[in-house]
Amino acid sequence: MLDKKNTVFLIVQDNEDARPIIEAVEQDNPDANIQYQPGMVRMEGAGQLVVNRETVEEQIGREWDVQELHLVLVSLAGNVDEDEDKFELSWH
Amino acid sequence: MPAKKLNLRKRYELLTRGMGWETTHQDMDDVFPYDSFEGIKITDWDKWEDPFRLTMDAYWKFQAEKEKKLYAVIDSFAQNNGQTNLSDASYLSAIKLFITGVTPLEYGAHRGFAHLGRHFRGDGARIACQMQAIDELRHAQTQIHTISHYNKHFNGLHDPFHQFDRVWYLSVPKSFVEDAMTAGPFEFITSISFAFEYVLTNMLFVPFMSGAAYNGDMATVTFGFSAQSDESRHMTLGLEIIKFMLEQHEDNLPIVQRWMDKHFWRAYRLLALVSAMQDYMLTNSPLSWKEAWDVYFVENGGALFEDLSRYGLKMPKYHELATAEAEHLSHQVWSVFCLLGNATGFHTFLPTEEKMDWLSEKYPNTFDKYYRPRFEHWAKQKEEGTFQYLAALPQLCQVCQIPMIFTEVETDPMQLSFRVSEYKGDKYNTCSDGCKDIFDHEPEKYAQAWLPVHQIFQGNSGGATIPEVLEWYKFAPEDGGDYIGSQDHARWQEWKGADDKVKQA
Ligand SMILES: [Fe+2]
Ligand SMILES: [Fe+2]
Ligand SMILES: [Zn+2]
Repeated sequence: MLDKKNTVFLIVQDNEDARPIIEAVEQDNPDANIQYQPGMVRMEGAGQLVVNRETVEEQIGREWDVQELHLVLVSLAGNVDEDEDKFELSWH
Repeated sequence: MPAKKLNLRKRYELLTRGMGWETTHQDMDDVFPYDSFEGIKITDWDKWEDPFRLTMDAYWKFQAEKEKKLYAVIDSFAQNNGQTNLSDASYLSAIKLFITGVTPLEYGAHRGFAHLGRHFRGDGARIACQMQAIDELRHAQTQIHTISHYNKHFNGLHDPFHQFDRVWYLSVPKSFVEDAMTAGPFEFITSISFAFEYVLTNMLFVPFMSGAAYNGDMATVTFGFSAQSDESRHMTLGLEIIKFMLEQHEDNLPIVQRWMDKHFWRAYRLLALVSAMQDYMLTNSPLSWKEAWDVYFVENGGALFEDLSRYGLKMPKYHELATAEAEHLSHQVWSVFCLLGNATGFHTFLPTEEKMDWLSEKYPNTFDKYYRPRFEHWAKQKEEGTFQYLAALPQLCQVCQIPMIFTEVETDPMQLSFRVSEYKGDKYNTCSDGCKDIFDHEPEKYAQAWLPVHQIFQGNSGGATIPEVLEWYKFAPEDGGDYIGSQDHARWQEWKGADDKVKQA
């Protein structure tokens, strides 16, 4: 059970383009709570959640630009920290 | 050897730093006349940073890709007669309220951000606002393009912008966005990007789009999610601007807190319409308003404000009341639409047995006790042919412009909530302490509000009878009233066959 006081979340569309991102989140955030809802997938983390470029690239076998996340993003909560290698959400 | 690609941070810096300059022919305060009168003190605009570090080339590339995907879906939806896969044609009432109430709001946001994209002194903030201005225009356009397919088959979708400026319930979103647009740039961005987009917009788009998916409306899901991907960027901008203002100067805190309190309440009142969409207008609802409120406001909003407490920012005033109202809101709003269903641009319908059971389950403390009896009573009247629409025009709240339907949920849920202020010898009515506080702080602004009911009584709305007013709204006689027996209903039966397959019958 997550402490709801510091939950960050990332919601993406439930489609093919988002699948490797969801799998990368599952792999790199073992405690994340992942909920499939109509049309979308909601991924919650306690205080922090990260999408790593390398993990997504392993899934898809090609280069992946972190900003491609924009194409499937539905919503998020948390302070955003993005660079070439990762997209990270956190509450301080 | 190809030149090494600049990293994200560097590319963003090149775009947003040093593009502006200290003007010498004209005073900087004349070039940027609007960004200081609100009292917000900015000492270093360069501290502003967009965490997505989106550059123009990346922006156009990703937006183009989103558009391509969206229009492919819209085309195939039209070619395959996607409208026949809806759960029920009564569901379209939600889409009618959306195109008339939300799409013009997107356009208003576009205008507001275009203004900020010119008038903020910092280049980074200007660029973020310019991108958002383009996004919001895209949202209005894609919604019109998507929904125009439904306009070929169903009534009530023909003139949203004309109606937005006139119709009694559409003055709720109109007054909200115009309140923000007529404020200064910092208040505008606090209102739209933070109070509306960050704190509350999840309640509009996420459960509603998920609801569209649940009701077979793939066209709406697609434009909704396409817009949401921009929205995530807007939300992030909203949070950044709040942190930026609070970090720049301690004097900014009380100003930001007051705006937060005001626009939280304004946006929350606007979402009362969404609560009715979610609980009553969607044939099948994936999530009740109360569940959405608990997840997106109580939990996620709670975490947000916990994070912001390090700057001294507190939860918005009256948020406890909004949470207490969550068990009543949609029932009260849908009731008033059913009672005034002869003056709406969409069809109204009483909840089916199945829907009422779902509502009892989702609202165990309130639905059976307060609201089921009234819907059953009206159903009985309809059966007997004695049901009558309200003959009188409702009194409106001077601030949120919603009819005075809200009640004292914390003490007596059957007692109307009613507040009065006096200003220059006149009385002004408001629906709640939240709206009264807003009025009392700027009475000179809200005393001028264009209240649709007052305008009708003053003879400014096409005439003194309901048909004359509806004509002035450009509502056709077949647009409103009961769904059962409407042209939309008949068309649906033509496609779907026997009545027993129809949810609303
Ligand atoms: Fe928008
Ligand atoms: Fe937006
Ligand atoms: Zn009000």
